[in-house]
Amino acid sequence: MAVQYLAANRFGLGRRFDDPAIGDPKAWLIRQLGDYDPAPAALAGLAGRAAIATAYVEYREDRQAMRRAATETPMSEEEKGMDPELRRLSRSAIRRHYVEASAARLAAAIATPTPFPERLVHFWANHFAVSADKQTVIGFVGHYENEAIRPNIMGKFADLLIAAVKHPAMLLYLDQAQSFGPDSPVATRMRNRGNRQSPGLNENLAREILELHTLGVRTGYTQADVTAFAKALTGLTVAGLGRGAGQRLMPADAEPGATVFIAPLHEPGAQTVLSRRYDAAGAAQAEAILRDLAVHPATASHIATKLARHFTADDPPAALVDRLTADFVKSGGDLTSLYRALIASPEPWVAAPTMFKSPWDWTVSMLRALKVPALGEKQNVAAMFTQLGQPVWRPGSPAGYDDKVATWAGSAGLMQRVELASRIAGRIGDRVDARQLAPLVLADALTPQTAEAIARADSPGQGIAMLFASPIFLRR
Amino acid sequence: MMLSRRSIILSGITVAAAGALPGFAYAAAATPKRLVFIIQRGAADGLATVAPTGDPAFAAARRAMADETAGGAKLDAMFTLHPAMATTAGLYTGKQAHFAHAVATAYRDRSHFDGQNMLEGGGSRPYGRSDGWVGRLLTLLPAAERDAIAIAPAVPLALRGTVQVGTYAPSRLPQADSDLIARLSALYADDPLLHPLWDSAVKTQELAGDIGGNNGRNGADLGKLAASLMLPADGARVMMVETGGWDTHSGQRGRLNAQLRGLDQLVGALQTGLGPAWSDLLVIVATEFGRTVEVNGTGGTDHGTASTAMLLGGGLTEGGKVSADWPGLAPAARLDGRDLKPTRSLESVIAAAVARHYALDPKRVMTTLYPDT
Repeated sequence: MAVQYLAANRFGLGRRFDDPAIGDPKAWLIRQLGDYDPAPAALAGLAGRAAIATAYVEYREDRQAMRRAATETPMSEEEKGMDPELRRLSRSAIRRHYVEASAARLAAAIATPTPFPERLVHFWANHFAVSADKQTVIGFVGHYENEAIRPNIMGKFADLLIAAVKHPAMLLYLDQAQSFGPDSPVATRMRNRGNRQSPGLNENLAREILELHTLGVRTGYTQADVTAFAKALTGLTVAGLGRGAGQRLMPADAEPGATVFIAPLHEPGAQTVLSRRYDAAGAAQAEAILRDLAVHPATASHIATKLARHFTADDPPAALVDRLTADFVKSGGDLTSLYRALIASPEPWVAAPTMFKSPWDWTVSMLRALKVPALGEKQNVAAMFTQLGQPVWRPGSPAGYDDKVATWAGSAGLMQRVELASRIAGRIGDRVDARQLAPLVLADALTPQTAEAIARADSPGQGIAMLFASPIFLRR
Repeated sequence: MMLSRRSIILSGITVAAAGALPGFAYAAAATPKRLVFIIQRGAADGLATVAPTGDPAFAAARRAMADETAGGAKLDAMFTLHPAMATTAGLYTGKQAHFAHAVATAYRDRSHFDGQNMLEGGGSRPYGRSDGWVGRLLTLLPAAERDAIAIAPAVPLALRGTVQVGTYAPSRLPQADSDLIARLSALYADDPLLHPLWDSAVKTQELAGDIGGNNGRNGADLGKLAASLMLPADGARVMMVETGGWDTHSGQRGRLNAQLRGLDQLVGALQTGLGPAWSDLLVIVATEFGRTVEVNGTGGTDHGTASTAMLLGGGLTEGGKVSADWPGLAPAARLDGRDLKPTRSLESVIAAAVARHYALDPKRVMTTLYPDT
């Protein structure tokens, strides 16, 4: 079997042109678990929470001002002309964080000497998906991956879960920031004042944690569990963004974009989730539930299945899923232990590369292989992945991108890849010899047919395009 | 994609200037000769383009498709031009069009890929040469007539050689050139996942980028572009224009009608756009091989051997004529019992036309363009 290729592409992100030989594939992967750097240089200099939150608030205020101006006073011709331009500019202020973070994500993936953990970062960011569809979320998505996901992928699943849930991107994306305990002091006070539009509970985050992040869909939890969990989560919100009742209660020293717990928004009293009673008051209540969910056997099986699928096939072998589940349960959700069990398992190594690389995986592996810059200075990375069919951090649903062959193996998508490979090959021309690159990149998966097709290419550029469009290179 | 500085100039500033001052451009050009090679990728059906309606076996072989050419211009007692080619019919009447029938390259198998390689490279076997016949022709031309450009994302084999050649790809042309597409088709042929995906991707691509699309207007646009690149005083003198979509295995009647209308409008736009320079132009239209005499079960025709080549231009000496050593379409007269038998080499047709056009020694042209024959 093509173990070298599998190590580099199924586990890693494709071989870099200057990578030393992998040698023993399993030892190579294990070593990366220790070498992993959660804050690689490529990500330095990205905007922090406060800057991101402030950019959003400015954007919203600009928009409000324009709306008010439009309704209250008739616009002059000049103002009418300015409106879309102003709007565009403010939009670009919040989008800039997204565009910069997307480019940095790609740069980090291309440069990383630990491609297996880097793949795991992408895996977990997609598992705990937030989507840049919401204006409030756009600026935060990169920060979310870098601050909530990256530092926690080698520890306990519970810590990763809690970090993801508490990040402003998740709180805003799944509406937690606007969820109020129905009998919280604030809601009660507003009701007593006769405020008919008093804020209430939003179950979105609680439901998705149960369905997508931990137990998995149809694993036996009930609507009562969802409601109780949602009540326990109340009080958790984001500073400096929201409007209305909550904002007056923000601690004075809270920076914009900080995750805060506001006790007067929290639903008082004990909650019962999955037949267990949680008496703790305040923020500790939700945290206790999250910690229990994180080690639940259903969570173990859910995570094991997704991880096994990512490293084998659409329908992962039951033996692998069972082994990973058992490891997860035994270790209390220790992720490094889980990765070791995965590496040591025979199943990811026995089959030919059958998974179809996502546009992200394919592009990253292509760019890693090339020693010369393949993208133009002004290339908008975010736009490139949108064109390839996988916008960065924008899966459009809290379920994240589906992880199956059929998700990415489409005819238009295939043509898009060939066109990109062709364009990149055109830029590179004869500065790279595909005949020499092919054995390095395709390693033990290089077939005589592909080698011959590349060798018979009518130009060095065409050879490069053939290599990256070859059936093997499209897979992992 | 190779985009030389020269082709950028051609595509931008100079074209704009020429558009503004066409008279100046005509006056400045000291009537140098011009050549356009239009390649029909995919094996165009010569038997439908220039139909041998006078052959007694034609109607029986083509069955329901025999009247595909009904209403087309009668070229002589034997041949009828496809009705979609009205402009070309007019050129024929004015002795500015010539059709060479039952012609083929030395290639006798039926792979597009190999066949195109032979047609462009001009070698005696597929992949026998890394340069092309147009590229070698450039070495025979005076410096003023040597500026060559391909309307393609990359320099096609036919234009490759020792002389630097530009390319110009309008954005609506696909980025992935048809040669790469063909090679990937071969590479994906045995892949159960990629083969059908790619098939469907390529079909969509052809629809988007073909000359036959948009009721022939795509062809007219391409012709207009070609003329604008050739018209300026310092414009291109030799050009290759890529056309695809000729592989009519099914539904030939409608598809070929659209393709030929597109080709006809391409030629018309070239003539209109070049103005007086049309009389200095030779257009060669050729395909890698022809299609079967018999219609297949899906209203189309399959890969064959001999086909038709077209010579067009204002200064054509052999215009208003169909040349053919006609082999006949009866089953016994066919190649392998299925194809129109080639009775003349396409290479010799091209070499002779080029030699006449540039007033070059025919022997020297033949050995330069086709050194392996």
